[in-house]
Amino acid sequence: MSGKKPIIELRNVDKSFGPIDVLHDISLTVGEGEVLCLLGDNGAGKSTLIKTLAGVHQPTRGEILMDGVPTTLASPRDAQERGIATVHQFGGTYPLMSVGRNFFMGSEPTKGFGPFKVFDRAKANRIAVDEVQKMGITRITDGDRLVGGLSGGERQSLAIARAVYFGARVLILDEPTAALGVKQAAHVLRIVNEAKKRGLAVIFITHQVMHAMAVGDHFAVLIRGAIAADFRKGEKTREEIADLMAGGESMADLEANIESYKESHGGHVPPVNA
Amino acid sequence: MTDNKSDSSSKLPGLPGLSLGGLLRSPAAGAFMGFAVVFILFAIFGFGRNFLSVPGVTTWVNYASLVGMIAIPVGFLMIAGELDISTGAVLPAATMTVAIVSGHYGMPVMVGIIAALSVGALIGFINGTIVTRTQVPSFIVTLATLFAVAGLTLYLSIFFINNTNSFYHAPDWAKSLFGGKVFGFNSAVFWWIGAIVGFVFFLHYSPKGSWVFALGGDQESARNAGIPVRRLKIGLFMLCSTSTAFAGVLQVITFSSATSQANFGLIFNTIISVVVGGVLLTGGFGTVMGIVFGVLTLSIVTQAIGFTEIDRNLSFLIIGVMLLIAVLMNDTFRSLATSWSAPKKK
Repeated sequence: MSGKKPIIELRNVDKSFGPIDVLHDISLTVGEGEVLCLLGDNGAGKSTLIKTLAGVHQPTRGEILMDGVPTTLASPRDAQERGIATVHQFGGTYPLMSVGRNFFMGSEPTKGFGPFKVFDRAKANRIAVDEVQKMGITRITDGDRLVGGLSGGERQSLAIARAVYFGARVLILDEPTAALGVKQAAHVLRIVNEAKKRGLAVIFITHQVMHAMAVGDHFAVLIRGAIAADFRKGEKTREEIADLMAGGESMADLEANIESYKESHGGHVPPVNA
Repeated sequence: MTDNKSDSSSKLPGLPGLSLGGLLRSPAAGAFMGFAVVFILFAIFGFGRNFLSVPGVTTWVNYASLVGMIAIPVGFLMIAGELDISTGAVLPAATMTVAIVSGHYGMPVMVGIIAALSVGALIGFINGTIVTRTQVPSFIVTLATLFAVAGLTLYLSIFFINNTNSFYHAPDWAKSLFGGKVFGFNSAVFWWIGAIVGFVFFLHYSPKGSWVFALGGDQESARNAGIPVRRLKIGLFMLCSTSTAFAGVLQVITFSSATSQANFGLIFNTIISVVVGGVLLTGGFGTVMGIVFGVLTLSIVTQAIGFTEIDRNLSFLIIGVMLLIAVLMNDTFRSLATSWSAPKKK
C-alpha cells in the first residue's frame, strides 16, 4: 500500500490556541485507496486534527500538501472544493427532509430556465437512490422517503455516498460508528471499503479498535496531541493497540492485577490509592 | 404502517398520487382537517345567521389576507429555526410611513409605498444581522426591536405630524389597485393569493427552498454543505419585515387611516396561524399551504363567530384549544411522515 500515490500529507504540523499547544509535530500521509485509522482517547486532539484537515483551523506551523503541492485550506468551503469531505458522527443529514433533497443539499439539480428554475425532484431522487444502492445500501429504494425514518447506519451511508458523488478525494469520517449497533456499524464499514476501492483516501477516526482493524491499512495513535505510534496493518495486535490508546498503560496487566486481587480478597476490587 | 423499519415492500403498490392515505400523510393534512372541521361546525351553527353569505365570507377572508401576508414569512423563519415578533411594530411603522410621506407631505403614493417597504426591509436587516452575528435567540432580538420600533414610531409620529393617528386618501388608481373591493373582497385578498403562489414556489419548488429547511434541521450541516447560512437568514428576516410592511401599505390604502399603536394581537395571530398550520416549533418542517389553512382557521374563529349562534366570547377559548390540539397532532403527523414512504407520483 505504501507505493500508492499520496493525496494528502501533513508535514510537522503544530496547532496551538494561544499558549495552549494542541497538536505537536504531526506528520501523516494518506494515499489513493488507503484507509488511515486515527485512534485516540477523548481529548487526544483528534477533533482539532480533523478541523485542521477540513479547513476550519489553519496549522500554526508546518504544512499541508495535496498531491505533493503545499496547500492552504482557508475555509471549510475551500477544503471541500479541493475534494476534502468531512462526514460527522450524526451524518450531516436532515431528518425531516427526503432522501433526494438531503443528497443534493446545497447543489440542487434544476430544470426549467431563468427565474422559473425548479428543483428537479425526479432526477434528484433517481440519482440519490442509485448512488446509495451502488454503495451497497439496497434498502433505500424511494427518494421521497424522509431521512428520519432511516437507521443511523443508513444515514451515515447516505452522507458518505453524497460525498463520493460530489467528487470527494479525501473522506474524513469522524467517529462514524460510535453511536451505532453492531449491524449498522458493519454497514458503514462496508461503505468505507467501497470508498477505498474507488480510490479515495479515507481518514477514519474512531476509538473502537475492532472497527479500525476491519478497514484500516495504516494506523496512527494520537496521545496528548502527538503521534504516539504509527504502524501498518498486521504490525500490531488488537491488545497492543488498545494499550497504546490507553496511554501506554497495559490494559492486560491492569486486568490481571485486579483479578488476582479479587481472588485473594474475596471478590472485592482493590481500593484506589491516590 | 407506523413501524420504523418498514421497508419498501410495505409500500402500497398502484396507489395513485392523490389517495386518501397520501392526503392524510401530507404535511398540510392536519391544518386542512382543522380548517374543515371548524368551517363545517361554523357553517352549521351559522346557517341561519349568514355565515355563508357574501358579507359573512368576506369578513374572515379579508382578515385572513392581512394576517396571512405576514404569517407565511413568519412561518419561513420558524422553519429555519427562528422567530420574528417585531411584526407587531413593523405594521404600524409602515402605515405611518405611508400616511406621513404621501399624506402629510403630499408625495406621490409610490414614494410612500417604497419608503414603507424600505423601513420594513431595514428593520428586517437589523434583526437578521443581530441574530446571525450574536448568539442571542431571535425571540429576544425581535422582542427588543418590537419595542424599539414601536417607540420610535410613536415618537416620530408626534415629531412629524403631532398626532399618533393619521388619515390618507390614496389617488383612485392606487385605491383600486391596493385598497379596492371586488364582490366584497379587498384587493389585499388578491395580493395575498399572488403572494401564496410566490411563496409556494420559493419554498417547495425552487432549489433554494430546501436551504430554508436545512437551516432549521441542522445549521452546522447546512454550513458544511456550502449554504450561505448568514445571508439566507438575513434575507428571511428582511422578507418577513418587508411583507409585514406591504401588509401595512395595503391596510392604510384600504382603510384610509393609519395608527402608530403597536399591534400586539397580530404577533399572537401570526404565530398561532403558523403553529396551527403544522410548522414545527423547533424548525425544519412545515408547508405554505398548511400555514394558509392555519390563517383561514384562525380568521374564521376570530372574525366570523359573530355570524354564528356561538357566543362571541368563546372564540379565544376555541383558539386556545385548537392551538393545543395542533401542537399535539404535529408530533403524530411528523412520526407518520418519517415512517412512511410516499408512492411515486407517476
